[in-house]
Amino acid sequence: MKPNISLLKRLFRFYYDGFRNMSGWGRKVWVIILIKLFIIIAILKIFFFQDFLYKNYHNDKERSEHVLEQLTNSSDNHDRQH
Amino acid sequence: MIDNIDLSLVDWSRAQFALTAVYHWLFVPLTLGLSFILAIMETIYVKTGKEEWRRITRFWMTLFGINFAIGVATGIILEFEFGTNWSNYSWFVGDIFGTPLAIEGILAFFLESTFVAVMFFGWNKVNKKFHLVSTWLVAIGANLSALWILVANAWMQHPVGMIFNPDTARNEMVNFWAVLFNQVAVDKFLHTISSSFLLASMFVLGISAWYLIRKREEQMAKRSILIAGVFGLLSSLMVAYTGDESARTVSKVQPVKFASMEALYEGKNNAGLIAFGILKDTDKKIGGKKVREFAFKIQIPGLLSVLTGGDNDSYVQGLKDHISGNEKLGIISTPEKMQRGKYARDVLTSYKRARLINDTAQIGAIKNVFKDKDFQNKYFRYFGYASIDKPEDVIPNVTVSFYSFHLMVVLGFLFIMIFSIALYLLFKGTISDNKWFLWIALLSIPLPYVASELGWLLTEIGRQPWIIQDMMTVSKAVSQISTGSVITTFILFAVLFTGLLISEVSIMLKQIKTGPKH
Repeated sequence: MKPNISLLKRLFRFYYDGFRNMSGWGRKVWVIILIKLFIIIAILKIFFFQDFLYKNYHNDKERSEHVLEQLTNSSDNHDRQH
Repeated sequence: MIDNIDLSLVDWSRAQFALTAVYHWLFVPLTLGLSFILAIMETIYVKTGKEEWRRITRFWMTLFGINFAIGVATGIILEFEFGTNWSNYSWFVGDIFGTPLAIEGILAFFLESTFVAVMFFGWNKVNKKFHLVSTWLVAIGANLSALWILVANAWMQHPVGMIFNPDTARNEMVNFWAVLFNQVAVDKFLHTISSSFLLASMFVLGISAWYLIRKREEQMAKRSILIAGVFGLLSSLMVAYTGDESARTVSKVQPVKFASMEALYEGKNNAGLIAFGILKDTDKKIGGKKVREFAFKIQIPGLLSVLTGGDNDSYVQGLKDHISGNEKLGIISTPEKMQRGKYARDVLTSYKRARLINDTAQIGAIKNVFKDKDFQNKYFRYFGYASIDKPEDVIPNVTVSFYSFHLMVVLGFLFIMIFSIALYLLFKGTISDNKWFLWIALLSIPLPYVASELGWLLTEIGRQPWIIQDMMTVSKAVSQISTGSVITTFILFAVLFTGLLISEVSIMLKQIKTGPKH
């Protein structure tokens, strides 16, 4: 058990020191990464990019029936939008 | 889309995907290529023990880090779009897409994330050799991640190794190795990574040239030019070779795309390769589509036949061969493919009806039809043609295909020249005195990006109207969502990505101006 704890400690120190001693550009890009991830995951995914089939159909059977309907329908999907 | 932007749902969805993919691809190739350049530089440092190489490696590693950090996760948005905008497609492709993307995710996470941390935080903390191994693993991991994405894309160009299950309305992978070693995937991977190596080499060469223009960091700049020159020249030769292989494969598996790339309407023996050409509109038509002819062209006689068929007598198929068919060559006409596609759709419709009334005998019988290889090869492989209204609709945008292909080729030869001149001047010892060349090298930094994006433009526009070659049209793939929401997210993406790009360029410029640490 002891060696594992020591390894985890060393790993933690490695990342901790790495982030703490990061240069100016490193800090800047981390701020950008966090803002970007927030926008992508907390805004875009939740509000704009819900999975269409999972949102509108309850199970795989319903989903496959919907897609089968789309595939066998003779008109194109975008035609039905107009 | 380029022909007729009518603001429909499918066009906006395509525009949104194109915008996301184009921006995403601004970050990726530099990561793929620069990671190998770093590994080479660090190897020299470890082998020679010279501190100057450590300093050089760390400087380029900073620029790599900025690009990596800004670009990371931009590809996730493409996966969101699959589920939201392209749900029919996502469902239809089934595990063919899921498996490579899952492997990519795991590889990206474990190889890149773990060893990128060692690369940046590990100087002075881990031993030299372990650090070097980490740098190589980041390079290999990043390029292997790209492999799986490219395998998925190659399947869209040339679907293999699967069988359609009417019960789930999905394609199921039956041969993983056929999907992985799909000839299109192999060509695409080698061409893409070599072009990314080239792009990164031009990046290093251009920035080093700037230091020489400013008479700063001359030793570092010259050593960087040495690495970028050799790596860039080898990569650009590999790009030419893999590009040729790629085009040969396209001529076999996507002959309509190939004919569009060459603006070849009439098939012929002894076909010439167009070295330079300008297209113009004519009154001639194929169905309702205008034929474009050359207002001016320079061609190398017979070379296209040689490159595609091995000798100048071999026949290169033209667009008309595919619309009207060519019995002698065994090319099925588009109207015949449309009939076959409609037959496959009728069988699928019968299955749907049988399932609705729970006719188990009929369900079993039709399932067996789908398992029949003859039905798969003769009919279901043309399933997408059932959605084609007019035969000429299978012709992609010839203008975009032709110019994107030829401009990419011209740029490819220009890169070979630039790297050759760089090495010649470097070995002659006069590179610092030739300001004209240093300026050319600096101003050439964006050109490989242009060439790389043109390659993708050709790949995707040249495949139209298909999202999956011959099996599904783009308009069948789109989800029935509101056009307004797609427009909103299109604008959001445009703002987000432009912001990221501006951040990247400004942070990078600042670091370049600061230069390496002494």
